[in-house]
Amino acid sequence: MSSLLGLTAHQLQGLLEKKELSCAELVKAHLAKIEESDGEIKAFTRVTREAALEQAQAMDAQRSRGEGLAPLAGIPMALSDNLCTKGIVTTCSSRMLENFRPPYNATVVEKLQEAAAVLLGKCNLDEFGLGDSTESSAFFPTRNPHDLQASAGGACGGAAAAVAAQEVVFALGSDAGGSVRQPAAFCGVIGLKPTYGLVSGYGLIAAGSSLDQVGCFTRDFTDGALVLESICGADVQDSNSVSSPHTDFTKHLVNDVKGLKIGLPKEYIEGVAPKVKTAYEQAVAKLEELGAVCEELSLPHTKYALPCYEIVLAAEASSNLARYDGVRYGLRVEAEDVESMYNKTRGQGFGEEAKKQILFGTYVLSAQQYQDYYLKALKVRTLIKQELEQALEKYDCLLTPTTPTVAFNLAGKGKNHHGRGGVQTHGLTCPASLAGLPAVSFPFGKAQGRPIGLQLIGRAFGEGMLLRVGYTLEQNTDLTQLSPAVKGER
Amino acid sequence: MATAYEAVIGLEVHVELKTNTKIFCSCTTEFGGDPNTHVCPGCLGFPGTLPVMNKKAVEYAVRAGLALNCAINPYSRFDRKNYFYPDLPTAYQISQYFHPICKEGYVEIELGGKKKKIRINRIHLEEDAGKLLHSGSSITSSQYSMADYNRASVPLIEIVSEPDMRSPEEARAYLEKLRAILEYTGVSDVKMEQGSLRCDANISLRPVGSTEFGTKTEIKNMNSFRSLQRALEYEIDRQQDVLEEGGTIIQETRGWDEEKGITSSMRSKEEATDYRYFPDPNLPPIVLDPAWIKTIKASLPELPDARKERLVKECGLSEYDAGIITSSRSLAEFFDRTVVLFNEPKTVANWMMGEYLRLLNAEGLEVSESKVTPEKLAALLKLQADGKISGKMAKVVFEELFNTGKEPETIVKEKGMVQISDTGALEEIVMKVLAANPQSVADYQAGKEKAIGFLVGQVMKETKGQANPGIVNQLLKKKLSE
Ligand SMILES: [Zn+2]
Repeated sequence: MSSLLGLTAHQLQGLLEKKELSCAELVKAHLAKIEESDGEIKAFTRVTREAALEQAQAMDAQRSRGEGLAPLAGIPMALSDNLCTKGIVTTCSSRMLENFRPPYNATVVEKLQEAAAVLLGKCNLDEFGLGDSTESSAFFPTRNPHDLQASAGGACGGAAAAVAAQEVVFALGSDAGGSVRQPAAFCGVIGLKPTYGLVSGYGLIAAGSSLDQVGCFTRDFTDGALVLESICGADVQDSNSVSSPHTDFTKHLVNDVKGLKIGLPKEYIEGVAPKVKTAYEQAVAKLEELGAVCEELSLPHTKYALPCYEIVLAAEASSNLARYDGVRYGLRVEAEDVESMYNKTRGQGFGEEAKKQILFGTYVLSAQQYQDYYLKALKVRTLIKQELEQALEKYDCLLTPTTPTVAFNLAGKGKNHHGRGGVQTHGLTCPASLAGLPAVSFPFGKAQGRPIGLQLIGRAFGEGMLLRVGYTLEQNTDLTQLSPAVKGER
Repeated sequence: MATAYEAVIGLEVHVELKTNTKIFCSCTTEFGGDPNTHVCPGCLGFPGTLPVMNKKAVEYAVRAGLALNCAINPYSRFDRKNYFYPDLPTAYQISQYFHPICKEGYVEIELGGKKKKIRINRIHLEEDAGKLLHSGSSITSSQYSMADYNRASVPLIEIVSEPDMRSPEEARAYLEKLRAILEYTGVSDVKMEQGSLRCDANISLRPVGSTEFGTKTEIKNMNSFRSLQRALEYEIDRQQDVLEEGGTIIQETRGWDEEKGITSSMRSKEEATDYRYFPDPNLPPIVLDPAWIKTIKASLPELPDARKERLVKECGLSEYDAGIITSSRSLAEFFDRTVVLFNEPKTVANWMMGEYLRLLNAEGLEVSESKVTPEKLAALLKLQADGKISGKMAKVVFEELFNTGKEPETIVKEKGMVQISDTGALEEIVMKVLAANPQSVADYQAGKEKAIGFLVGQVMKETKGQANPGIVNQLLKKKLSE
């Protein structure tokens, strides 16, 4: 049974089709794995065991009638708890929404239901997606399955850890500046953030609306392509969603990078840990060996990306989080008048990090500061976008490390891993978010027992190119396939 | 020496657009309905929901802008206006702050025969908030308040004038003209009582001749044209008193109290909210095709000024009558349709200006709510023209028609009102009256022509008012000269 764990969706689909495996067996095996490991890892805020088993049985019945053979049919998966699920509590890892049951599904949830994937539960994240370690979750931090002392990353650390710990086959999360890619790098899985608008954001509880993009965690690039094909597409409920003509992602899974031009932006290597740099150089060497042309280039505005991203994210989050006022849904702390009710509800409902972001965001949007902070950040954002787009006119994609270091240690109960809090380890991932470009993080070896992640950044709607380069590396080196993350393993 | 002051007034007018659905979701905009029945997760601001622009609202805003002589911005965008209030589900109102959809228009008003252009600074699109019902008199003094979000996210346009008005009468004339134009375009019901037309005023005083603006106050809560005028009159007096006593005007928001007839401070400038406007990332910019704008322009109906001119020139109405009849589209259309059926424009106008408007105003009804139709009014006028009823009877019939909506013919029959125009029948009565009043006959024959009036009156009395006075007159003259 345990041999099922760690397989990819496309491998499992083969077994299901040949009737060597039933959905019920598959789901039970993963539920058992959650039972066994999640006490320590804490990837899940809620496990939807009964519904999952019921669905698996229904799937088996369908299969016996020759139905339900879609690529993701019967595959166990998880959702970050900021994706709304109809009738299933969606907390955003906040006290504010601890008992909030959305009366609607996020569009991606609807799409996965159509694809007949089986939901096993909702995953922990930094409160309202604000953070990079899951330590700002109101409930608990998620541990890194490769090293329980280490953070799983964030914001969507729970979803990354669930895939890495083999508790599910794939998961969805959201990425505003690295919240899919950074935890994917820390947990040694693939984390794909599509082009802004390729996947509908309806039903994703917003952090930074101009940055937020639903993405996926998978074990290999083929699964990445399959999941992306299932969830992409224009949505009338999301005005920013677009319909792309290039959504036959599996077609790009080609083992060939000959003649491709890959840019290596030198600013992304500055200050990167030696072992991460070594892995990066190995990847470059491998790509060159396979016939790609790798070239160093300079993107001088990169250093402004993090402060720019912090301002935009906080500004938008401060406004997005204002609706949690105790009037209509979510937490309400009763008080003598409406003003005190607001203060008490928001004072008790939000954690440290959310409050910091609200304060900072309110400040940068205030009449006196708008010009100097928010407006300036928008201008810098345009420069970063132009710079990346120009580079991508010359190169098929860019290769960078995902994070400057491997996963950091968890700070311990009630603390944050760095004094300032926030999203500081998103420095190399946020430029693609500011520019709305697709990017993917993939594992490439380990250092001190913790996974190293590298990142590919592509042209708008150029997910296919990223999948092709990643797939080729996957086919030609073992470094992208980390040994399963098992408790205590080094 | 007392200084003479002049008032400087600008209006901010909110107009609810008459779209079928709300501006960012597909809930109905229907007025009324049980509380919170016209709502969905979107207009309740539930997490994860997103706004989707209602194209009809954009069309209506452009339509209003064109009718108000505005330039239409080919690029406009939505911004968030952030503030906390329980009637605002997302704690921000989606509005247009940086790039409004229309700019630089004007409205022409006419007062005492003088025309004046009042400039419009901008028109922007935004969403309405919900409504609160307090158990007490205000949110702070109430035991509890109830929130109704039926109105939340109903589309509005805000029309911001330049400070071009110099008197309460001008402000009222501007608002009335604005209402008329918007009613003509069909983008709104523009009913102040139902809140589909709302108005705030900015007002300051300055010494006559000065070109600088004084410190202004903003006046809210004016729910009718009359209260706008009264509130501004009061505020001018108040500000003048303060200035004359050597005081300074405090920049603040003041509320109009209709009952007490005064304005009082609501909040000072220091207490004003910093709305932290920024572009709403959830909505792409509105980029308009010039060809589309042209199509909308071409579809605009004849507007009040043009219509008024036509009624004066083609129908021979007075400026005054034409002005009143064209002050609302429904009234003007009623006039046009009636004239098609009964081609005596002046008679139609007289009836509308007289009996019809009097009864409408007395009952507080709109033309659309009244039981009088152009067909029925024309039928009544025909009865009168054909001599079947007298003018006096016609007024009685009209009142009955106004109240019941019955056909004039039916009313006349029911009331047994048919005018006696039968010469044979009348001749007998005329002879009887002449015989009974020899003195009047003698007076007439002696050259006192006025005496015939008394004789006509006697015939009318005999016939209980049913005789056709014209025929009676003719008969009398004929008999007297025999
Ligand atoms: Zn709605």
